[in-house]
Amino acid sequence: MDDLVTLRAAGSRSPATRSKRAIVEHRPRVDVIFDRVSLGAGLTVLVLLTLVGVFLLYQGRHTWTVLGTSFLTTEVWRSGGVHPHIGVLGLLFGTIVVGLIAEAFAVPLGIAVGLFIAEFASKGAQRILQGLVDLLAAVPSILFGLWGFFFLSGTIVPLSRWLTTHLSWFPLFATATSSTLGTSFFIAGIVVSLMVIPIVASISRAVFAQTPPSEKEAALALGATRWGMIRTVVLPYGRGGMIGGSMLGLGRALGETIAVTFLLPQVPLISAHLLQSGGATIAGFIASRAGNVTTVPGLMAAGLILFVLTLLTNLVAASIVSRSRSGQGVEL
Amino acid sequence: MTQVFAPPASEAVTNHRDPPGDGSDPATRRAVPRYVGASPVGAVSLESRDACAWFGERLVLEGVTLAMPAGEVTALIGPSGCGKSTFLRLLNRMHELVPGSAMDGQVLLDGQDIYGPGVRAQEVRTRIGMVFQKPNPFPAMSVRDNVLAGLKLAGIKCHDKDALVEQSLQRASLWREVRDRLDKPGGELSGGQQQRLCIARSLAVSPNVLLMDEPCSALDPTSTRRIEESIDELRQEITIVIVTHNMQQAQRVSDSCAFFLADENEPGYVVEHGPTTKMFDSPEDPRTFDYVNGRFG
Amino acid sequence: MTDRGPFAPAAGSPSASVRSGPSGSSRTRPPSNARARRRPTSFEAIDGWLAAASAVSAIALCWLVFSLFTDGIGWLGFWLVAYFAFVTIYFIVTYERLGSLAAVDRLVTVAVWSAMIVVLIPLLWIVLYVIDKGVPGLSWGFFIHTQKGVTPEMSGRAGGAWHAIVGTVEQVGVALLISLPLGTMTAVFLSESRSRLRRVVRIFVDAMSGMPSIVSGLFIYATLIIPLAKDSKFFGFDGFMASLALSVTMMPTICRTVEVVLRLVPHGLREAGLALGSSRARVVWSVVLPTASAGVATAAVLGIAREAGETAPLLFTAFGYNYLNANPFSTPQESLPLFIWRFVREPLASSIERGFAGALVLLLLILVLFAVARFVGRDRTKSRPRPLILRLIRPEPSGSRLLAARTVGAPSEVGDLDDREAPS
Repeated sequence: MDDLVTLRAAGSRSPATRSKRAIVEHRPRVDVIFDRVSLGAGLTVLVLLTLVGVFLLYQGRHTWTVLGTSFLTTEVWRSGGVHPHIGVLGLLFGTIVVGLIAEAFAVPLGIAVGLFIAEFASKGAQRILQGLVDLLAAVPSILFGLWGFFFLSGTIVPLSRWLTTHLSWFPLFATATSSTLGTSFFIAGIVVSLMVIPIVASISRAVFAQTPPSEKEAALALGATRWGMIRTVVLPYGRGGMIGGSMLGLGRALGETIAVTFLLPQVPLISAHLLQSGGATIAGFIASRAGNVTTVPGLMAAGLILFVLTLLTNLVAASIVSRSRSGQGVEL
Repeated sequence: MTQVFAPPASEAVTNHRDPPGDGSDPATRRAVPRYVGASPVGAVSLESRDACAWFGERLVLEGVTLAMPAGEVTALIGPSGCGKSTFLRLLNRMHELVPGSAMDGQVLLDGQDIYGPGVRAQEVRTRIGMVFQKPNPFPAMSVRDNVLAGLKLAGIKCHDKDALVEQSLQRASLWREVRDRLDKPGGELSGGQQQRLCIARSLAVSPNVLLMDEPCSALDPTSTRRIEESIDELRQEITIVIVTHNMQQAQRVSDSCAFFLADENEPGYVVEHGPTTKMFDSPEDPRTFDYVNGRFG
Repeated sequence: MTDRGPFAPAAGSPSASVRSGPSGSSRTRPPSNARARRRPTSFEAIDGWLAAASAVSAIALCWLVFSLFTDGIGWLGFWLVAYFAFVTIYFIVTYERLGSLAAVDRLVTVAVWSAMIVVLIPLLWIVLYVIDKGVPGLSWGFFIHTQKGVTPEMSGRAGGAWHAIVGTVEQVGVALLISLPLGTMTAVFLSESRSRLRRVVRIFVDAMSGMPSIVSGLFIYATLIIPLAKDSKFFGFDGFMASLALSVTMMPTICRTVEVVLRLVPHGLREAGLALGSSRARVVWSVVLPTASAGVATAAVLGIAREAGETAPLLFTAFGYNYLNANPFSTPQESLPLFIWRFVREPLASSIERGFAGALVLLLLILVLFAVARFVGRDRTKSRPRPLILRLIRPEPSGSRLLAARTVGAPSEVGDLDDREAPS
């Protein structure tokens, strides 16, 4: 007994002098290889994205060196002759206008659809409806372009005509006299919004479905109507997802290519007459010039601007969703 | 405008468009902030007649006939899974929110069936409040906004919001602790404080009945004691129905008890009910005797 | 034993003395199957009448306005205005009857229902429209002939799109061969490794998935075709360049879909593998990937479906061609979207008809792929009886059902939280 006590007194250390053991892990060789290979795959993405920016810049260098900032401020695109007079401003304007019009329709509709599937539909209907929304997303943009051009624009034109005849005091509804109304920013925006709606709807639905049920119950138990509960609990909770989803949709709208080649004449134009035929977007313009490529550096430079624009939009969207209370588990 | 839910004739305020009633609440002799469009204030009796509940095809509660007198605390006791919480949810029409659910029977609030034709669930819930097992304040809203949330959601106007906030928090025994941090988010409070905040939130709309579904089961003893004290102070103004697993709590707070039981794969039912002292000292049914003496649970 | 009343329950309940009285409870109740189940609802019959009446009055009002007071607005505009008139009238009516809270609630319900319908209508319409316009140009020859020898005077049914179909299959197939392994490996990197570069790579993958498809085509054009086409035909316009462009957009999509699926694999499975002494690589290969196999397959099929319809990346890479070119590594190649693109933009009616026939084939292809993806990614944790024919041909092997039950299904295509419970 005494020996034990002495043993302890001799060998005891105070907690402050305790040291931690380092664990040396000898990883199996296959793990090292696995790590290297998967790292390589991850790095491929980094390299690829950087290469895209680099090569677009490189192939468009002629435009930047010769035209410099005038490329950014010129509206028209006249590619004939030795010194083409080209500029991306008209294209940029068109891209943004189409994007905003598409967002104006798609954000309310998409959030409403997401809300419907999450809060109003029965369990069985939810899967079916989500599947249908996914199907809408899967329809290729060329089919939207065909339908939009051959059918929908003819249906919308009488509406445009009525608006421009009777409400032309509103600046956006005015048009020049005897202008055609078939291939306008307005109609292009509507068709593009159909492609953006599934994105906004799916992400909104995902965040609405994550609302904590206990908070919803609390609101209902206080005597809220369903809308009162949604307004107080579901929508604030899903705010990050709604905004992020809308921005992702905007990115999609900005980059939409094929449908707008059908729905806009792809002649660059800056104008507030949204109901009138005319205009171009960067992506649509480049697509319409394929096979007939002159001013390649100019197209490359325009493509670079589009690339940067959509990149920024998507990065902001991703960060908004991931920072929000509701977005932690949501996949974009 | 049709009156879909007629309150007792003794109250002046009848529907949400009529002018407000008197400024003082006769039941407590305390000044109550004036409402525009509040339902009649004060404890009111609640009674269920032959209440049944289904989840889908499964009957979970059968033939519960129970009177919960005005101004008294009724405790619902019994082992887990006997339908006590389901019964509670029948009382404020929360049961029907579950998809596939169904019910039968009547629930009478002051003599009128809350499931009657033309009665809206939302109106019922402003008169019959509920506090849940897990505290669920709105985390992003401030303490003040939490308390006032019920008014906003139920469309009840109030002229003196600050007085109402103070009064509700006092009734929930929370005022002293949060009086300096009314603007802090509700989610920052401790568990016991959150639960008392939920109680204050429910009280702000002046319900006639307050349903409490195991309110203290997730809380520490101090918070439990405070909440039991609040229940004691509230009992005359509000009829309280409390589900509890804790039999000592039932003995402490309740005036009468109802003992629920369910056989295996059978729907739940009320074995016995009566004054608390009688239920615990000399119950009539041997199963009640076994349960209150801890033979099973 | 006291009488429990005329409808005493069947045997199985404990014997007890239950007396009716002021402090007891009487169990007089009819048997459960005689009870009527009620589902309280807030929607009464009169609400339906009011809604119908509001609709009728809205339509009548609009008809009056547009025929007497102003000129026509076209049928689309008419129904739009009539809809808003209906909503306004119904709101006013409900407000009068039920008060503002209920009226706003009803309004929101109407709005949300209409949004759902409005969004589904174009889907239906496009499908029907493409079918309607595409069927006249479609014939069996469409799948056999190419455009060889077809002149503009011939009808829309002349020739076929076999070369386009071959081109699509080859281009998308090669793109899948490139992007499926790469995308899956990147997903494995994001979900299984512990490297600090994960955050960066995830940001880049997110950025890349939002890239417009025309940019990817332009990228391949700028990087490979412009500098190198003069030296070798391999780097000229051909199917392989198109595959590269397609894989630039396919890869991030596959990576994200697979990563979601990998994250759904329960952590316990990985720990079980490690506890058995396996290396991390082996755990991924033998445990994680097989569990997620359905999800990976779904990601592949969805990737194919999305890329098959892409036109923009092909414009600068495959370029298009009217004859059969089965070699994707040299000379331009046709593809289904390019086929549509080329013919629909010509002003001839026969060309447009031909283009729509191609559009119909593309649409059917997408629908079939979509159905296959849903089937492959279905939730196998729910037990479902095997189809009769399978049960007849092959009686069930013992272990496969357990494995099938453990397989994790796939998320939906466009941004999703898979809210199915992962089997554990």
